[in-house]
Amino acid sequence: MRGALAITALNTGAAGLGLSLGITLAQARALVPGLVVGEADANADSRYLDTIAEACEIFTPLVALRGADGLILDITGCTHLFGGERALGSAARQWLQRAGVQTQAAIASTPEAAWALARFRRGTIASPGDEEALTRALPLAALEQGAEATVALSRAGFRTLGDLADRPSNLLSARFGEGLVTALQRVLGREDIRITPLRAPPAVMAERHFPEPLGLMESLLKTLERLAGDVMAALEARGMGGRAFEASFFRADGAVRRIRVETAQGTRNVASLMRLMRLKIEALADPLDPGFGFDALRLAVLLIEPLVAVQPRLDDKRSGREDAQALGDLVNRLVARFGREHVLRFVAQDTHDPVRAGGTAPWLATAPCRWDAPEPGQPPARPLTLFAHPQPIDVLAEVPDSPPLRFRWRRVLHEVTLAEGPERIAPEWWREASHTPATRDYYRVEDAQGHRFWIFREGLYEDTTARPRWFMHGLFA
Amino acid sequence: MMSLSPDPVLEGELRSVGLLALADAGLHEFFAACEADGAALGPLALMLAQEVKAGMSEVSSWLWVRHEAQAREVGMLSPVGLAELGIDPARVLFFPAQDVASALQAGLEGARCSGLGAVIIELRGEAKAYDLTTSRRLALAAKTSGVPVLLARAGARPIPSAAQTRWQVRAMSSQALAAKAPGAPALELTLLRARNGQEGLRYCLEWDRDARQFIPRPIPISGNAIASPAPLSGAVVSLSFHRPGAAEHWKNAG
Repeated sequence: MRGALAITALNTGAAGLGLSLGITLAQARALVPGLVVGEADANADSRYLDTIAEACEIFTPLVALRGADGLILDITGCTHLFGGERALGSAARQWLQRAGVQTQAAIASTPEAAWALARFRRGTIASPGDEEALTRALPLAALEQGAEATVALSRAGFRTLGDLADRPSNLLSARFGEGLVTALQRVLGREDIRITPLRAPPAVMAERHFPEPLGLMESLLKTLERLAGDVMAALEARGMGGRAFEASFFRADGAVRRIRVETAQGTRNVASLMRLMRLKIEALADPLDPGFGFDALRLAVLLIEPLVAVQPRLDDKRSGREDAQALGDLVNRLVARFGREHVLRFVAQDTHDPVRAGGTAPWLATAPCRWDAPEPGQPPARPLTLFAHPQPIDVLAEVPDSPPLRFRWRRVLHEVTLAEGPERIAPEWWREASHTPATRDYYRVEDAQGHRFWIFREGLYEDTTARPRWFMHGLFA
Repeated sequence: MMSLSPDPVLEGELRSVGLLALADAGLHEFFAACEADGAALGPLALMLAQEVKAGMSEVSSWLWVRHEAQAREVGMLSPVGLAELGIDPARVLFFPAQDVASALQAGLEGARCSGLGAVIIELRGEAKAYDLTTSRRLALAAKTSGVPVLLARAGARPIPSAAQTRWQVRAMSSQALAAKAPGAPALELTLLRARNGQEGLRYCLEWDRDARQFIPRPIPISGNAIASPAPLSGAVVSLSFHRPGAAEHWKNAG
């Protein structure tokens, strides 16, 4: 601030000694000689706030950031787990205090009212409907409208929100804008909004809080199984199956570990979910470390889709549906063990470029593709394997465009007995902005031993002055 | 001993012996005759799986586990190429494995899943992780679930294993089309070892992609003197006089 270092944050002890926000460092050192000073780091602060937000998810899954140093938690429906609102509030404050964070907190029916009360009347718990009575006494700074508007309002003679609330709103909006009126309505609790939580709320959720931190893996997995039973019962009541499940382990020191399992089809089967969870936990690169124990365990279903129960067949024949189910189970097991990106399916692209025409994509992310049946009576026109980078070869061929007579690849000389071509495949000129890749003439050749290759010549004899280059692109069966 | 003339009785024999052993759920191994034949192993396994299971469930899928080293040597699998061979790529569950151990683990998971048509595992090199114990585990899982496991090993020598059958694959010249164009894919299969004792059988097969089956045919006589080492005379393969795989077979017995 104009070349001088200023105080941006201080703790209660410092405030007690007479320091305030905004005074320069020199002044502060003059007031309190033995002052301990640390450099302000906004990035580290915001990362720390993110960790605290994640740890606060133990109270409720709906946590939103507010400003640079605040959180808003939507605890609707969660208070019974902690024994009431006051108990939840004090549990949160004590828990954060153990982590070394000093907090001001308040509970109200609307987020803005709670925020204003937390800043100016810490520790208030407003019963529903009482917000207006409590917030009327707050100073003008609770509206967070900026220094200019606040100064203008105080010059106009307003001291508290109660004074503002009595004035007709059209006069205020005409002079100070709609923003002020909306903020006023929200802080007074007349208008309610929904917070935007950091993580989307799950469709179905079950959780268990432990009175003592629990560290044994087997007991945790048993608890998880019971939670899975509750969750699946809830899904059955809705006629839905889950496709993405997430188990969150809340550690006593605030760290949160999440294990996510995805399935190929919606499932309501507790046993298969537990199998996948165990597979995933075993396959973790960084094992689940209990530390001092886990305080709570939550199982959430992130993605649901309708699932209709199928009646099993009475005869012995395997139905197509059973096969599809078995395949889905196999996909789930492979994905849980090796990762989503390793279980692939072939997908077709709409392009004439042979390399790009067929590719792979994760099985869970794509739907089955339809492939065209090849022309009957013809030999295969495209090779079975393709090299990602065509390999250069030395070729002896007649000009201008007859197939190779012999070629050398990987230091082995191949004599060509049968050949077909050229098949001209032009490059996709719209892809490469800088230069146009050369046209390729492809040949299917077979050598004396019976191996079949896909070779191309890059460049046309009439265009290129230098000798055209030949490459090996793929192998046929 | 068998002679390959287009004889309906013998064609039945083709189906009933050797090749049909592949329909038995169990572990079947494929080796390449020489380095360059490694490319055809995996797809051959798939074509065989498709053929022997043709009578059974039409829409079952296959798990194809491919060692990444194979992709470096012979190239990535092209689904367009698979479609050109008559194999529907939509039925393939593809698993590219970074090393032999994970390839075998994934293959084992697939062998336990009874809804699959077949499991194909393509390995490259002398895999230390594949030994008698692993092969026994695979064979047992395959027998229990009824899924054939086809293990293709490129660039490796056969080791003692619990495989039901062991084959050697060699590329063969195709029947030329008009204007000296290469024809349909042709391969030579030699049965090196089989549990039911039918060893030393040799098949020269051409893949018909429209009918999705193998057609037996004689070894072609090409004008080129550097042709594949043809046995005695003409189109008849007489194994009692010439069994190229025999010496190898006896050496590796057991």
